[in-house]
Amino acid sequence: MRNFFAFLSGGLFGAGLLVAGMVDSAKVQGWLDIFGNWDPTLAFVMGGAVGVMFFVWIFASKREKSVLGSPMPGPFPRLVDRNLVLGSLLFGAGWGLAGLCPGPAMGSLSFNGWEGWLFIIAMGVGMALAPRVKGWLSVFDRSTLEVPPCENIPEEERALARDSRAPAR
Amino acid sequence: MHQDWIWGLVGGLMIGAGAGVFLLINGRIMGASGIIGGLIDGSGRDTVSERIAFLGGLVAVPPLLVPLYRNVDTHVSHTIWVLILAGLLVGTGTRIANGCTSGHGVCGISRFSLRGIVATAFYLLGGALSLVVFRHILGVI
Repeated sequence: MRNFFAFLSGGLFGAGLLVAGMVDSAKVQGWLDIFGNWDPTLAFVMGGAVGVMFFVWIFASKREKSVLGSPMPGPFPRLVDRNLVLGSLLFGAGWGLAGLCPGPAMGSLSFNGWEGWLFIIAMGVGMALAPRVKGWLSVFDRSTLEVPPCENIPEEERALARDSRAPAR
Repeated sequence: MHQDWIWGLVGGLMIGAGAGVFLLINGRIMGASGIIGGLIDGSGRDTVSERIAFLGGLVAVPPLLVPLYRNVDTHVSHTIWVLILAGLLVGTGTRIANGCTSGHGVCGISRFSLRGIVATAFYLLGGALSLVVFRHILGVI
């Protein structure tokens, strides 16, 4: 049952992308090309989707569980950090370069030939590399150089350290 | 074409409906990069079939609707390095930021999530800068 509704949801997403013209990478690039021949279509796509989801969230907030019984998602992280900002900039750069983001890249896979598959494979490799790149980005993070205060060391470890220092009898 | 915005709006409503089904019925956030990424890095081990079913619908349904259209223009790039570099950037960036246009954009902005709004601002900035550099300065796309 979960799989059926997941398929339905994916199908609606894909059909919406096709109807909206978002499978056309030139149209997406037109939206991002604010200094060229700007195409505002994507604003209407985003507006329509966000408008529906606004009401869905109101409805969802009144429910403890989803219709199929699993808990509603959340609580959500609230921290705006370096990863969010730098990751989004990298994603945006790739989005502009090919005019494809993950959803439409999948949705247009059947129209895009080998080019679409090459993009998807590169995207998968990028996703697999992401934890490593995240590690590189942490060189900007000064807090990793600081020694944690001793209150943060769990009691067991402190006891262990005490024992090892105790004189042998 | 001057009717594009109407179809954009209709398509947007359908995308919102897809996200609504996934949230209300399955209790999940419809984020394409998270759904794919969870299959790749193993973090979605417990929900593999649901993820594959979602992606199956996303890939298989658009071609079924093609008879309604005369032709589908995709204008995908034919340049190998463009496709590879763009794919790597999109894959890495969305996983580091933990979301893309569907997760942070559609599902995040609609509940006034600060993270979703900040992410959207920065991927739009990244995209606009990308067009400036690759189209207007380098002229490669």
